Amino acid sequence: MPREESENGRDDMLIDGCEPEQPRGNSVPDGFNTNYLKVYYGKLFPHHDIFKWMSYGNDGKHPACDRSYFGRREFSFTLDNDIYLRFQSFNSASELENSINEKCPVKIDIGPVYNVDPAKRHAYAQAGDNGFAPVERELIFDVDITDYDDVRYCCSGADVCLDCWPLMTVAVKVIDTTLRDDFGFNHVLWVYSGRRGVHCWVCDEKARRLNNEQRAAIADYFHVYKGNENSHKKVSLTGHALHPFLARSYTEVLKGFFEEKLLSSQNLFSNEERFEKILEMIPDESITSELRGKWQESRRSSISKEDINVVRWGQLKQMLQSGKQKGQGLRRCVEEIVFSYAYPRLDMEVSKHMNHLLKAPFCIHPKTGRVCIPIDPNHCEEFDPTTVPTLSKLLGELNMGGVKADGGDEWDKTSLGKSVRYFRSSFLQPLLKSCKEEIESSYSAKLQESKNSLSW
Amino acid sequence: MEVVRSQRRSPASDGVVPTLPLYRSAPQLEVRLEDFELFAIDRLRVLKGISDALSRGKKPDEMETLVRDLWKTIMSHAQASEVMNKDIISHFVLRLVYCRTEELRKWFLSMETTLFRYRFRLESPQVQRALMAEFDLPYKAVSKAEFESVKEKLSQVARSIGQYISNADTIFYKVPFEEVPELVASRRVFILKGHAYVAMNQVVSLIVTQFRSHLSKALVLTNRKWTSTIREREKDRLTPVVEALSTSYLGPDYSQPREFAEISLKDIDQVAKSSFPLCMHHLFEKLREDHHLKHGGRMQLGLFLKGVGLKLDDALAFWKAEFSRKVGAERFDKEYAYSIRHNYGKEGKRTDYTPYSCQKIISSTPGVGDHHGCPFRHFSEENLRAALGKMGVGNRAMEDVIDKVRNKHYQLACTLTFEAVHGSSCDTGINHPNQYFIDSQKILQKNNSMV
Repeated sequence: MPREESENGRDDMLIDGCEPEQPRGNSVPDGFNTNYLKVYYGKLFPHHDIFKWMSYGNDGKHPACDRSYFGRREFSFTLDNDIYLRFQSFNSASELENSINEKCPVKIDIGPVYNVDPAKRHAYAQAGDNGFAPVERELIFDVDITDYDDVRYCCSGADVCLDCWPLMTVAVKVIDTTLRDDFGFNHVLWVYSGRRGVHCWVCDEKARRLNNEQRAAIADYFHVYKGNENSHKKVSLTGHALHPFLARSYTEVLKGFFEEKLLSSQNLFSNEERFEKILEMIPDESITSELRGKWQESRRSSISKEDINVVRWGQLKQMLQSGKQKGQGLRRCVEEIVFSYAYPRLDMEVSKHMNHLLKAPFCIHPKTGRVCIPIDPNHCEEFDPTTVPTLSKLLGELNMGGVKADGGDEWDKTSLGKSVRYFRSSFLQPLLKSCKEEIESSYSAKLQESKNSLSW
Repeated sequence: MEVVRSQRRSPASDGVVPTLPLYRSAPQLEVRLEDFELFAIDRLRVLKGISDALSRGKKPDEMETLVRDLWKTIMSHAQASEVMNKDIISHFVLRLVYCRTEELRKWFLSMETTLFRYRFRLESPQVQRALMAEFDLPYKAVSKAEFESVKEKLSQVARSIGQYISNADTIFYKVPFEEVPELVASRRVFILKGHAYVAMNQVVSLIVTQFRSHLSKALVLTNRKWTSTIREREKDRLTPVVEALSTSYLGPDYSQPREFAEISLKDIDQVAKSSFPLCMHHLFEKLREDHHLKHGGRMQLGLFLKGVGLKLDDALAFWKAEFSRKVGAERFDKEYAYSIRHNYGKEGKRTDYTPYSCQKIISSTPGVGDHHGCPFRHFSEENLRAALGKMGVGNRAMEDVIDKVRNKHYQLACTLTFEAVHGSSCDTGINHPNQYFIDSQKILQKNNSMV
């Protein structure tokens, strides 16, 4: 794993650069190991916040609370020696915390809430087909930078840099706006996956209760990019207009990002191989050959100061959008190219099924050592994956803090503090407030009902 | 139990007699055992016809014609009074047949819902309204003022799907988006803050959702009744009929390799070249080339190989040989071996998974980096031509194949390819990659024995 080591090395250099006065004695050696992880779970991991979140208000004293709710949630642990423990369940915050501290999983996944305690599923399996089934699950999305390998030239595979990361930022913006404005969801949590992508948790009650068909419908609503390895056209937009959602995504996010950022940062037109890929998306020979001719020639004569990518994109747009071009196919071509390069690419299967597992926020990615911290969708362009707190950095900060007896949470003294505070104030508190309201209103509705039936 | 729809006729339906039942409860009718089976077989033919048409990617208006014709020719009855009974009886018999596993339920639910959808579309507006009333949908039409506020967006949606709305007479219903998943999935509605604006001509989607969810629940209940009482009680009478019906028309599932019981690792390259259909041959070659396949490809090829007769140990060795060159043997053992054993029913819930049929492969949606799916559907024409050329399909045959592809007859295109490669006709058509393999091996063995 030479590459991963060097990645960690770079992180530490950055840290050193920021805090030159850090005393040597407190620095923690590089890398990810079980001992550090134990300290992390023991002192920093926000067990209680995860418990509060996953309880959705059912841990309260209200008579309408469903006491069994948290205990029916599946957790799943991946241990250091690649042992995979599925269907773990816990009845309280302390049970959860003790188990995590004791088992020290390298990865914690969160599954659905089942109709019965998943640890006892075998006892119910005999009861027939519906003996053991998921009943609730957050609507989740997984966007992974490796799915953009055909349109990014800076990195490939699991690597990610500041030139390609903005593709993730665009995905966050497009999806977040749509979840809120179109689908009317309010409690949306975005999390950095620790290496190469982002996860999204939609936690509204209505979202948690969607069935698989409804989940698939939402995933399909987002699904524009339809290419596979053996066909050229990756995005096909037909019809006389774009659906309002696509039109909004295009004008508010994609167009500006593509023209002002992606064109130059990825050098989309800088050589023949790259511009040919774009020309392939234009179904008109005469246009493509004219553009090709222009660009092959300009290779020699180009002395212009302007970015060659911007110039060529301008020429292409002019050719396609100048009034003389007839036909629907060509009119949509500019949009299709932008969508192909910049529109979010979802891992559809993750969103379509209730029983898909997803890594818990605040886990540590075992390969990068980075914490899976929340991303604020309103400031997502400020998020920089290369400066995310790492396990070794956090432990260094803990050591710095020394032994304090003044109480308070340990995480508050580290660079994780900002993330936990964001999680609480922007996500957890509003969520628990609506959960409480929902519990109360369903209770009073029930009371009303029973009153009515009594009066008969 | 009672005859369906004998009660609760709403005033709106006065004078209109829908011929489309909602199958709310099983009929209290006497049925002769032959009819029990014959009616069911007829209905199965209709459902099978629908399933084939769907896998060919037929468009809605083509489907409408097809359903009308299938229904008319197959489900008619000599006595007019019996038509409705045949409809209802056959539906409830097939519920019994198809309630018994998740896979069967899924297929039946999907086909019955499609059938219902097109039969509903074929009804007159009065009948449609009567049926709507019967479902008791709680939705109100969008008010004039609200309509004005979203008019722009609504007409944008209409134009995006090639329609226009005229101001005056268009009625829209505002419903929670969850109620119209198919309209959401295809972006055929405007959605605002959790509500979808459904045009009058899209109401069929609302109705279909209701129909579907009702039938889905009913199938689970039927399954419980079947396992708890009916199967035992009817073991000398209905049970054999029911069990035979489910296999007779779906064709073999190729979960157990049959005629050519085993292939060994050393022969695999040779049989891949001679007898794999293009979809599998392509995956096989990509695996050899890249030493990797993404999940969809591993499933499609892996289950096919299982059906072809590759034993678990050989399968593990086969995948490991390739993957370890890319990700290393250790990572293979850690991350990939599990799912191969899983496919063979050795892990997880220990289901012995069945190889994918053409229909399943055609309807898959391969994405970035994926090589699975049906080449006839998912390749660009250029890539398809190149691939066919490599298989040895000559120019004339190539044009025929491409012609079928353009008309979305993917399985026919595959059949023509089979015929061109083997120089021999294939009358049954290709419905399953494993069937392609078996038919190919038969021909090759016959040729060998003749030499």
